Order: sequence, then structure tokens, then C-alpha cells
Amino acid sequence: MEIYATLIAILESGLRLCVPLVYACLAGLWSERSGVVDIGLEGKMLVAAFASAAAAGATNSALIGLGAGIIASIGFALIHGFAAISQRGNQIVSGVAINMLAAGLTALVGNAWYAQGGRTPPLEGDARFQPLIWPGADAIDHIPIIGPIYAHLISGHSALAYCALVATIASAFVLRRTRFGLRIRAVGENPAAVDTAGVSVTRLRYSAVIIAGILCGFAGSYLALGQAAGFLTNMTAGKGFIALAALIFAKWRAWPAMWACFLFGLLDAIAIRLQGVIVPAIGQIPVQAIQALPYLMTVILLAGFIGKAIPPKASGLPYIKGR
Amino acid sequence: MSTPIELPKWADVSLVPILAVVVAFLVAGLVVLGIGENPVKATLLLLKGALGSGEGIGYTLYYATNFIFTGLAVAIAFHAGLFNIGGEGQATMGGLGAALICLRLDFLPWYIVLPLAILGAMAMGALWAFIPGYLQVKRGSHVVITTIMFNFLAATLVVYLLVNVIGKPGSMSPETRVFAASAHLPYLHEALAYFGIKIPKSPLNLSFVLALIASAFVWVLVWHTKLGYAIRTVGHSPTAATYAGISIGRITLITMAISGALAGMLAVNEILGVQGRLLLEFSSGYGFIGIAVALMGRAHPVGIVLASILFGILYQGGTELSFEMPRVTRDMIVAISGLVILFAGALDGLIRRPVAGVFARLLKSGA
Repeated sequence: MEIYATLIAILESGLRLCVPLVYACLAGLWSERSGVVDIGLEGKMLVAAFASAAAAGATNSALIGLGAGIIASIGFALIHGFAAISQRGNQIVSGVAINMLAAGLTALVGNAWYAQGGRTPPLEGDARFQPLIWPGADAIDHIPIIGPIYAHLISGHSALAYCALVATIASAFVLRRTRFGLRIRAVGENPAAVDTAGVSVTRLRYSAVIIAGILCGFAGSYLALGQAAGFLTNMTAGKGFIALAALIFAKWRAWPAMWACFLFGLLDAIAIRLQGVIVPAIGQIPVQAIQALPYLMTVILLAGFIGKAIPPKASGLPYIKGR
Repeated sequence: MSTPIELPKWADVSLVPILAVVVAFLVAGLVVLGIGENPVKATLLLLKGALGSGEGIGYTLYYATNFIFTGLAVAIAFHAGLFNIGGEGQATMGGLGAALICLRLDFLPWYIVLPLAILGAMAMGALWAFIPGYLQVKRGSHVVITTIMFNFLAATLVVYLLVNVIGKPGSMSPETRVFAASAHLPYLHEALAYFGIKIPKSPLNLSFVLALIASAFVWVLVWHTKLGYAIRTVGHSPTAATYAGISIGRITLITMAISGALAGMLAVNEILGVQGRLLLEFSSGYGFIGIAVALMGRAHPVGIVLASILFGILYQGGTELSFEMPRVTRDMIVAISGLVILFAGALDGLIRRPVAGVFARLLKSGA
């Protein structure tokens, strides 16, 4: 039974850890499906985390915090959109700039405002997204097998975690079934054709970039208001790049994106769990080996050793009329 | 970048990047104003901290050394049309390469250990860039993504090795033992004292000289050799390169390896020159700032050295500034680098177009 409890605990922690990845990965999905490469997911999450923590702290409302996080993230998304779409600048360069700007500004402003080495004051109560306990969760918890599944895996997460599932469903549906979604995908594959059909490439790409901004806003707010209790310097710690890896792993599709993020979240949870633990017959498993797995698997996948990941055809290329 | 905007060459190589930096600084000034400090006073404090004393200048050039290496690494890849974002990881691996040599061989005299350690740093950096290059050439995975992944892989690998394999036994912090004196690259104040010249003490070491040699090497290589010509051809037009019989794959591999070796040399300054042991995160963002340096220096060694000195001033001055004005921390420099990358790189057209407009009008009124 103890093994089962451990398994549930790891799954639960994996679920928690995958939420920001899912949002960020979907953000990347929208952006890259429209033909705008986005390696600035990390930076957008970071500004969102900071803005949400600052606003939630000031107003004692997690919802206002979320709103501020989304607005900040959209602001940075628009910088990227302006550089990539209007100015036809290099999208990789712009993404790198976004990441550095976010890392520098959040630490600088955080330190200047709160004088706590870059962190915001700890949040509590209504300023955070508290776990939602589903009806009867405590009563069922002691029932073997099913009880812990209901109490720890289904119930007991913050509202933002459930929203991540909604965001996945919505992204999958809109991108596959609606006119807008099909156009977004078309503009990432063959913008000239979309342009010829009389639809504005610029407008579609800007909407995709803004949607990416909103989703990164959720990701960052979850980090600061759900997972942690406030902002810490560089608290995204590479999650934006793991999300990028998951996006490649999912071959730029919404449902696989969610599963890839869950897998990477689970690996993270296992790594945390195995820290210093001696596994019978194997000995101590180096935590770093598990932490390296997402990156390693992505490289192997990209190299075409297990299937092939092909990005949208026009991603990374600015669109110029009349070419 | 995609639509060429005609400008006289001198304006292209000096006016546009200088304007980009000016715009970046103006925005940074607004940020300083926003957090309630005086930007003019901050700038003066910064300049005083970086250039106001012999020690300050020494520190400035020590930081500049790091930026020269990473800037050159990014720049040479640019010339072949490649974007190497893996400077951090390559520098980390460079540190590992240097450390492995030093740990095994530092009982030998310096004239054997030091060259071997420098070569070790270059070889490991080159390897860590060569693999993404190889994967792009042979397996079609883009170097941008793979070099990002390789940054994380290098970081986790070095943590593992420091904790479990080469770390100092009994030490709580993950780092190796201190290398013997023979594996220490002399400080400039030590080297000059040998010739009877006295300069203030600072971490500035002979790596700075190596950095200048590396700059000259890149200049000769890119503009005065057949290989450099091939590199630039591949960067300008892969189709033309193919018709000219240049193997794009071969050039990609060679360029990535050179780029990685240059990034790996960051470890020569930090590990062999200053720390004397391998520790975590000694590359602390220099790899990324190298992108700003390369963009600002227009991928030319002279520009890169100048841009590196500017960033050295920012780093050293920024440290001094944060003592005087605790609200303006060194994170300011990271933000400024981001702004420079934005205005000198991605939003390049925003500056180039008005400048081109002014020139067009001047030409018209002149004619």
C-alpha cells in the first residue's frame, strides 16, 4: 500500500508541475502554428509571474493578479509580434531579447520595490489560488485505490490547473475545427495562399501572438499564485524551454502537447522524489540524469531517431507581400 | 533584415549600432527613472566605478575578455548564417575540459599544463557545438533548438560530475579542489611585475591577450582565407555556395566547432585565470550577452572588442553602482543587454529606416 501512496504522491506532484508547462506549451503552439517562432516563452512567463505577484499582493485578489499577469505577458508578446511581424526582424533574436529583458527587469524592479533581494512579499489567503477541494474528497480519501485517486489527482488542485485542461481542449478544437483556427494553421504553412484569399496575414499572426501572450500570462500567474506564494528571481528556471521541448515532442499538436508536458512534469516529480533515495538493486539514481531526460529526448526526437518532428513550414519566416 | 535598406557603409557599421545602443540606454534610463533614481547620476557613478581607477579599469577589461570570447563565438556562426545560442553550454563544457586536464596533470610544469588546459577548454567547447552542427547537417535538426537543449544538458552534466565524480571530497559546495599553482594563468599585474611594470591588482589576466589574439584570428580567418570566404558565401547564399562547389555541411561543421571553441575559451579566463577550480555557473549569462555583443559589433572583431569593452564598463560600473545606489542592481545590465539585442537585432529596421530616409534626403538636397 505504501508503494501505491508513493505513486499517487508522484502523480499528484507531476500534475502540479505540468500545469505551467501546458500553458506555455500551448502558447508556443499558437505562435508557431501561425508562423512566428517563439523562444521567448520563458521571458513572458517570468514577467507574468512578477506582475501577478505584485498585483495580487497589492490588491489581495488572485484574480486581479492573474489579470495583471496576462496584461504584462501580452505586452511582451506584442513587442515580439511587432519585431517579428511588422518589422520582419529575426524572431530568434527577438525571443532572446525578450527573455533577457524579462529576467533583468523583474529582478531589478522587484528589488527596487520590495528590497527583498528580488522576491515579492509572501502571499496568502485570497491573494493566491487555493486548491479546490471537491465534494466528499476527505470522506473518500481512506477508501483503497479509488479514494486517493479522487482526493489527490482529481480534487485538490487550483482553479488554474483545471483551466489548463480547458485551454488544451479549446486550443485543440479551435485549431482543428474552426475557420479561425484553420486560417492560423494555413498562415503558418503557406502565408501567400492565405493572403491571396484576401485574409490578412498580419492580423492572424498578431492574434496568435496575443493568444500566446494570454496563455503565458496564465503560466506565470500559476507559478507565482498557485504553485509558490509570490515571485522569486528567475522562478521560471528554464520551464519555458522545457515547454518548447514538449512542443517539439508533441509535433506541434495540442493534445500530444498536454501529454508531453505531463510526461516532463512527471519526470520532474520523480527527480525531486529520488533526491538522495537509494533504490534497491540499482543504488542511487543520479537526479541530474532524470532532469536531463526532457532535453535529451527532444534532441533525439529532433534528430529523427524516434519519429520525425517537422515544424510548420513558414515558421520563422517573415511574410513579405509580392514575393 | 529581409529587406535591404541602402546605407553608406560607414553609417551601416558605426552609426546604426551606435544609435541602437543610444536608444537602448534611453529606455534603460527611463527604467531607472521609473524606480525612482536619477539616471544621469547613475551613469556618472557607473562610469566612475568602471574607469575611475586603475583597479576599475582592470576589472572592466577582465569582464570584457569574457564578452570578446562569447561575442566572437556568436559572430563567426552569424557569418555562416548559423545562430549559436549555445555559448553558455559550450563555455560550461570548456570549463570541464580545462578542469579535467588540470586535475590530472597539474603536477607538471606550467608550460605543459597551461597549453593543454587551454586546448582542453577549446576542444570540449568545440565538441559541444559540433554535435548540434552534426545533427543539423546529417539529421536535419535545427541548431537553434539543439544548442538551447545542449545548454541545459551541459549544466546538468557538470552538476552531476561535480557532485558525484570530480568534486572535492567532503566539500558541501559542488566544486573541484583548487588546482596547483602551475595551472594558473598569470594575472596581468603579476606578468607585468616580472618586467618591472607596476599596475593595480585586478582579476585581469593573460586571457585578455588571448582574446585579442582570437579577435585577430577571426578577422584573418573570415576576411583573408579561403575558408573564411567559403563561410561567408554559405552565410550569404547557400545556393551560390552549392554552385561554387562549397560543401555547406562541411562549412557548418567547421564553423560550429570554431564557434564552440571560442565560447569554450571563456573558461580560460574564468577557470584558469581567476577561480583556479571548476565550480557551478561560472558562465553566468556571458554566453547570452555575447549575442548582444555580436549584434552590436556587427559581427566584426573590431566592433566586438569595442562592444565588449562597453559591456565590461557596464558590468564593472554596474557592480560599483549597486553599492552606491542599492536600488539599481546588476540585473540592470541584463535588461540593458536585452534592449541592445532588441534594438540592434530584431528591431534593427526601426533605426535603419529613418537613418536611410535622412541620407536619401541629404543626397537629394546635395544633388
